[in-house]
Amino acid sequence: MQIRSIIAGVATALSLGSAAVAEDAVKIGVVTTLSGPAGYLGQDVRDGLMLAADMEGGKLGGVPVEFLVEDDGLKPGNGRQIAEKFMYDENVKLLTGIIFSNVAGATVPDIVSNDAIYISPNAGPSSMAGAGCDKNYFVVSWQNDALHEATGAAAKKLGYKSVFVLAPNYQAGKDAIAGFKRTFGGEIAGELYTQLDQTDYSAEMAQIRAAKPDAVFQFLPGGLGIAFLRQYDQSGLRDQIPMVLSEPSTDLVVLNAVGDAATGIVSTAHWNTDFDNAASKDFIKAWYEKYDRPVTYYASQGYDTGRLIASALAKTGGVDDIDALREAIRAADFDSVRGDFAFGPNQHPIQNWYMLDIVKNEDGTMGAKTRELLLEAYGDSYSAECKM
Amino acid sequence: MILILEQLLNGLQYGIMLFLMAAGLTLIFGIMGVINLAHGSLYMIGAFAGTYAAMRYGSFWIGLPVGLVTAMIAGFIVETVVVRRLYQRDHLDQVLATFALILVSNQLIVLIFGRQPIFTPLPAALSGSIELLPGLFYPMYRLLIIGVGLLVAGLLYLLINRTRIGMLVRAGSTNRDMVRALGVNIRMLYTLVFGLGALLAGLAGYMTGPILSVQVGMGEQILLATFVVVVIGGVGSIKGAFIAGVGLGIVDTMLRAFLPQILEAFLPPADAQAVGSGVSSMGIYLLMALVLLVRPKGLFPAEN
Repeated sequence: MQIRSIIAGVATALSLGSAAVAEDAVKIGVVTTLSGPAGYLGQDVRDGLMLAADMEGGKLGGVPVEFLVEDDGLKPGNGRQIAEKFMYDENVKLLTGIIFSNVAGATVPDIVSNDAIYISPNAGPSSMAGAGCDKNYFVVSWQNDALHEATGAAAKKLGYKSVFVLAPNYQAGKDAIAGFKRTFGGEIAGELYTQLDQTDYSAEMAQIRAAKPDAVFQFLPGGLGIAFLRQYDQSGLRDQIPMVLSEPSTDLVVLNAVGDAATGIVSTAHWNTDFDNAASKDFIKAWYEKYDRPVTYYASQGYDTGRLIASALAKTGGVDDIDALREAIRAADFDSVRGDFAFGPNQHPIQNWYMLDIVKNEDGTMGAKTRELLLEAYGDSYSAECKM
Repeated sequence: MILILEQLLNGLQYGIMLFLMAAGLTLIFGIMGVINLAHGSLYMIGAFAGTYAAMRYGSFWIGLPVGLVTAMIAGFIVETVVVRRLYQRDHLDQVLATFALILVSNQLIVLIFGRQPIFTPLPAALSGSIELLPGLFYPMYRLLIIGVGLLVAGLLYLLINRTRIGMLVRAGSTNRDMVRALGVNIRMLYTLVFGLGALLAGLAGYMTGPILSVQVGMGEQILLATFVVVVIGGVGSIKGAFIAGVGLGIVDTMLRAFLPQILEAFLPPADAQAVGSGVSSMGIYLLMALVLLVRPKGLFPAEN
């Protein structure tokens, strides 16, 4: 640790000279996952973030910014290395971009202890939301458990008595099921943990059919979820047992890959494309002008991260005074695409959660329609443990 | 009872898929002595090419030949450009080169198709499920996979045991040097076998498209289980690949489906879940270790 801080000191001293030259542009480090099956998540966060700057002509809050983007390849070690390179070699004070909780777990503590600020556009692991919170750590997206607590609340509201739950056998999967149970409170008809690289769920389908639950909840993100939804339809279960899902299982990429087999699913989310507010409309318009792929939750989270940084930079004019920057970020003085937004005591969002219906649009693509408000100004289950 | 039958069918279908992959791999390994890690990439290429054509022309059946032929051509290219240079080299060099091929083909797919998974349309007749026995519903498409797999197994049996090429293949997997000494154009034979393996991988890739998602890195997901099948079945043996593939498919599915419940009789439910899913994901590797203990060369080794 000591050696590291000496290196950090030397690096800071050396870079003072060059910092003076390139003083005009604030460097923002983006550590994200761009390769592999989950690469589209990082791609969308990055593009949403950059879109916020593009719309201001390369500035955020009137301050010119430069994005340094690198792929962590979903490897925690890589994420940490990239973050250190950004901080020591490039003197970056503001970082963002990490998609996966395991990468965040290895990388974020290193960033925040170096007196740099990290703003999470996606992962919000429980380990850093409670006792492990930090004044330099902000989450724009959600706390991981809250995603599934919203779904549990939806299942309860829909009147389901028994639900079959399944998730991959890893930390986020277990958190998902724990979160769902916390707010659902009904009977669990069956609980299954699948392998993280498993894409054939025929055995699980047979068990669901045998258990005859009122509904199914699964947390299988990305390609896993696509495979599951399609097989669910092929096995004829879609017409018999409804499914309630959380946000990561129903992004537009998943829905469009699944096609018709996704209609009728009930989902929960903190933002949706049909939200009637100016920030959301501007964002969606700008997105489709620039990209020809569907706009996802991840893109909206990247964009909100950009808008948050803009609101802070507009007040501070730069990143030289880290205390002022932190205060400005904490104020969350920006118009989020999701509407009302504030940071709780652990600097995780307090926001509304909504129930959505998955429907087929008139143009044949799949989309989500907001049905009703589910949880109002909802924080997370860990903020009470956070002592800052 | 119905549940057990349904799970048996699921296991059979998974096993057939493993067999399609393993048949090519075991021939390539057995005859040329090459460890081809890029076999999963050929599977991915077949899936992408076929699915793209199916999407473009809106028909599942158009995608089928496109996927097969593209995978085969990719196989020919890989064999002539890279693998041909590796026959005389150490296994480590082969692993290194074919691993590089995985990285290259994954990036190529990202450049051409992007990172987002793509979707195969299924003919309406195949998209539902039918009632095989009272209460036993089974997806039509999975039945089709089982049917196609059995057909391919039959055709391969005829090809290997009843044709001249098959005779050379059998001879090649038993004693490579003798075949060469007898004046057979072994280079041609190698290219053909590699292309055949690629074609089978492409078939497996395209057939899984509508069930799983067609996306970058899909090949690596099935590659490990495929190698386990090759090792258990015995290197170079199609019969071994078939029996080991179907056997592993059934064992894996049965363990996943029933082990946690069986354990619940002895353990508290939470522990039974944890232990059950843990042990069932180790299942096929434990089986491999057991088989190798009794038959170090696999179940049906080619006489080498």
